[in-house]
Amino acid sequence: MKDRLMDFDEALERFEPVMGFEVHVELGTRTKMFSAAPNPAHPDFHDAEPNTLVDPLSLGLPGSLPVVNEQAVRYSIALGLALNCEIATSSRFARKNYFYPDTPKNYQISQYDEPIAFEGSVEVELADGRRVTIPIERAHMEEDAGKLTHVGGATGRIQGAEYSLVDYNRAGVPLVEIVTKPIFGGERSAPEIAKAYVATIRDIVLSLGISEARMERGNLRCDANVSLRPRGQEALGTRTETKNVNSMRSVERAVRYEIQRQAAILAAGGTIVQETRHWHEDTGTTSPGRPKSDADDYRYFPEPDLLPVAPSRELVEELRAQLPEQPVARRRRLKAEWGFADLEFQDVVNGDMLHLVEATVGAGAAPQAARKWWTGEIARVANERGVEASTLVEPAHVAELQRLIDEGTLTDRLARQALEGVMAGEGSPSEVAAARGLQVVTDESALVAAVDEALAAQPDVLQKIRDGKVQAAGAVIGAVMKAMRGQADAARVRAIVLDRAQA
Amino acid sequence: MSEITREEVQHLAGLARIALTDDEVTSLTTELSAIVDAIATVREIAGDDVPATSHPVPLTNVLRADVVGDTLAHEQTFAGAPSHDGERFRVSAILGEEQ
Repeated sequence: MKDRLMDFDEALERFEPVMGFEVHVELGTRTKMFSAAPNPAHPDFHDAEPNTLVDPLSLGLPGSLPVVNEQAVRYSIALGLALNCEIATSSRFARKNYFYPDTPKNYQISQYDEPIAFEGSVEVELADGRRVTIPIERAHMEEDAGKLTHVGGATGRIQGAEYSLVDYNRAGVPLVEIVTKPIFGGERSAPEIAKAYVATIRDIVLSLGISEARMERGNLRCDANVSLRPRGQEALGTRTETKNVNSMRSVERAVRYEIQRQAAILAAGGTIVQETRHWHEDTGTTSPGRPKSDADDYRYFPEPDLLPVAPSRELVEELRAQLPEQPVARRRRLKAEWGFADLEFQDVVNGDMLHLVEATVGAGAAPQAARKWWTGEIARVANERGVEASTLVEPAHVAELQRLIDEGTLTDRLARQALEGVMAGEGSPSEVAAARGLQVVTDESALVAAVDEALAAQPDVLQKIRDGKVQAAGAVIGAVMKAMRGQADAARVRAIVLDRAQA
Repeated sequence: MSEITREEVQHLAGLARIALTDDEVTSLTTELSAIVDAIATVREIAGDDVPATSHPVPLTNVLRADVVGDTLAHEQTFAGAPSHDGERFRVSAILGEEQ
């Protein structure tokens, strides 16, 4: 069923949007939150086969007992500090009870009344330079669930599934869940604030080095709560919680969609159902999941198998001293270091490519070259395919591509062809160049022969050049480049053309 | 005497996926009431200055170094599984949503 939507501007005139976010961050420790099984969120274990990163605890086998991962605690405290939170002097775990096959113990170990971090705030910057402070309620430690694949059924959708397959590799991956307080005053910037907030969390997590924070891989997941209240009304409206929002762009679109959808319902005299909704990237819409019910009675109670975590003040101060700079400060520094013009920098930020350009520069590329690749060719392909640029190519490969140009191994055009191969999964730029036979022709005698041939074929052009009309050389250069299938350095070809024309 | 009702016991049993007979609901209603009463007594004695105890052992920070340990082989992993496809556990179709 297609939702009725109200025009965004009209919706904003009549209602005030209030947002809240729950962001889950998978920590990139080597092992799981409560056991020594390898963590698939760590780069060493990305490509593990299903159910190979499991131990008795991951499977919820009787008699297995959890033990807290010290590194995960340090990461969680560091994240809490970066979110300007208080760090609890004593923090404990709780069981969240529910039955679902992705959680083999029939409970998730989480934190309830004593989170590790609470009462913080994050400053985010919008494209026009405005800063917005997002209030943080808490950041708590918990474990991820396994992965379900639904099989069979007519459509392959969940409803028609005949059975489900479960992979417990992800069960027990350390998570930090960051919960905001209600965010007021976003007004028509609410969707942009949503995107900027998640991007800022991602930047913080990356700068701390505690997670790869790739949304498309589920390292970073966002549930967006949206409610509307009529202008002048004090009480908050009923909210919906949109899940499955797997990219920065989707966060922005999902919030915008919910504002427009809820406004249409409220304006028509309807009521909003408090429910979980699913974001559909392909159609840009949300659809209802399950309504809140008895199943949400999680019967939290203190986890009897674990002791409290009481971080010493020394540890907290040690971690505080190691905090990287805040994202807003970092942006300003990078802009200055790279020497980008305002518009150039805005392009990078709007495209959510700051970290990609930074990583590319870190891998050895000049800042301007890195920027041109990401906001140019890569952004173009990403738009065309409707995916995030970060999913197409690794920053290290972009840096390598640029190095091949700088070394004279590839021309710009050949580099774009190599990039195409890299994005198609054919390997690194060097590998693609080798496999596809992409290489600048440096064989001087071959170039000279091609130039002579082209000049002989266009005697009128030859005469013009001899008459001093150097710009006429373009036609010959074009012919030579074509003969060389683009694999020659145009500047070098030009020099040879001028030289041979006088011969 | 606290007021645990039969409905509450049935609700709790439903959440815990435990099937109870009528007789069991009756006896559990009485037993749970007695337990809740006992806790109420403790609560009377413990004033605001007594912190809640979630664990009988007065220890904190029992932590584990982030070092990879043993994992299970597939034959061990699936040894007790009613159904699997050799790589993943097979369960009845889920009419919920992915979490």
